[in-house]
Amino acid sequence: MENAIHATQAIVTLDVALPGIIWGWMITLNMWAKSVGTGVILVGAFLLYRHKKEEMPNLRWMMPLISFIFLNIFLLFTLTDLHQPYRMINIFLHPHWTSAITVGAWMASLFTALITVMALIGFFDAHPDVRKNCTLAKTARANSGFYEKIFPFVVFLAIPVTLYTAIIMAESSARELWQAPAEVMQMMWAALLAGSAALILISGKWSQEARRDLALVLAIATFFSFMMYMGEYFFSFKSSEAEATLAYVHSGGEYNVEFWFGMALGFIAPFFLAVSNMKSDNKTLLRFAAILALIGLYMAKDVWLKIPQMLPLS
Amino acid sequence: MKLGFLVDLNLCMGCKGCEVACKVENEVPLSSWRLRVKYIDIGTFPDTKRSFTPLRCNHCESAPCERICPVSALHYLENGIVNVDSARCIGCAGCMMACPYGAIYMDPETNTADKCTYCAHRVESGMMPACVVICPVQANIFGDVEDDTSNISQYIMAHQGSVQVRKPEKHTEPKHFYVGGGRQTLDPLAQQRIEGYSLFNNITHLDHVGDPNHGVIDRFLAPFSSHGTHDNSSMMDWTEKGGKETHEEGGH
Repeated sequence: MENAIHATQAIVTLDVALPGIIWGWMITLNMWAKSVGTGVILVGAFLLYRHKKEEMPNLRWMMPLISFIFLNIFLLFTLTDLHQPYRMINIFLHPHWTSAITVGAWMASLFTALITVMALIGFFDAHPDVRKNCTLAKTARANSGFYEKIFPFVVFLAIPVTLYTAIIMAESSARELWQAPAEVMQMMWAALLAGSAALILISGKWSQEARRDLALVLAIATFFSFMMYMGEYFFSFKSSEAEATLAYVHSGGEYNVEFWFGMALGFIAPFFLAVSNMKSDNKTLLRFAAILALIGLYMAKDVWLKIPQMLPLS
Repeated sequence: MKLGFLVDLNLCMGCKGCEVACKVENEVPLSSWRLRVKYIDIGTFPDTKRSFTPLRCNHCESAPCERICPVSALHYLENGIVNVDSARCIGCAGCMMACPYGAIYMDPETNTADKCTYCAHRVESGMMPACVVICPVQANIFGDVEDDTSNISQYIMAHQGSVQVRKPEKHTEPKHFYVGGGRQTLDPLAQQRIEGYSLFNNITHLDHVGDPNHGVIDRFLAPFSSHGTHDNSSMMDWTEKGGKETHEEGGH
């Protein structure tokens, strides 16, 4: 045998085939889409607090619409990843409340329902000529004030909805790399990053001040996300399992490439582009930064989701 | 009552009788294992020895799989067994992500999570688990760890100081003990897995979770197709692919 090993080490010479990646790209997409879906609400609320509605003419209907689309992507891939998708109903019929999956599914469902109402009201209010005789449109327009009434609650609910996946990861006791405090912060920054990036793409007709605030949120979110990843990448050596997990990125290979592409595209480049945009309003560059941030965020999340699953557990 | 398991690794000779008995008793499909015996070679030639480690669900008193299961498909029985209700399981694989011992698999026939149940159906009828009955050297000892007079309690008391559990730092309070184990046999991070180097096969990692021949669309169509009648036929296909189930990402 070529591999000379130390006398105290051991080699597995016969074992069964181990599982590979259990939660794959669908869960990455799930988390990424949820970050956009909740992030636009959080960043949108921040903008509405700072600026007049007139400065952001399409925000009232585009914000819930984007959220609605991405929450449905998130829910679709949540369902699709289940091996028994029709039994999803069991989460509502037989809920087990110690599970973050259960709590999250209930909160995300409620959140999506409220976002749907807001999207309908917002859309039909913004387009008074569309479906004038439709009962749904009439009802939505008649209850226009309901939008503002539920909005504070929706903003409040967006926080646990965006964070609960971090608790699922923390409940995954087998994966030492996923620690609750780090994952909670990562999820929060991811929501702010994805939310500001998504809103940047529709901010062409907004005031320069509003766009500057979006650039500021993007810059802060990319900076702290990058710092969090760097802290975990270089200094997660408190346990042998975390160290062994990080070896899959430290030692090169496709995950190393994906990780650093994610860092460069998703955090470093958008940070500098966003900072420069706060001085000079360049819509094209800011949009470019937003697209890079969304791509890079997906890549970073993908690596962090997959590498702990490659460790043999027994 | 709290049922537990103890394996005396000094007695185990790696015959894999327990593995086969478990497969037969529980009709465990191909590519899945509730119980497996891992061979580990320790040392360098000529000073080497081979160790055999049977691995199964630990039936933890604080089971992460039970905690993360969104629908209580994984639940405790009164005797401490962590049981699975496959009819309720939604196949989210949360339990597979939570179990620190890699003891749970996605059944490729039912597409639901499954694992060792200490043969709960046999225990209910007053019988011993199949792996205990088959063991030719009585390396598997099963019983009530809360009863001081039980075999397992007596064995634990007789071997105080050398009784171990896997990954105690996870605070799962496993009810599966080992005598005669060491770091090299019980800690997977203390073992090297050299890809492709195995006594009888080079399949190191599965490409699939659950049924390999039923993709995303099939999961939605399954209730309306003939796949409702379970058999092993779909699982036989992978042998025709030339055993290409090695997972290049895997290994450590």
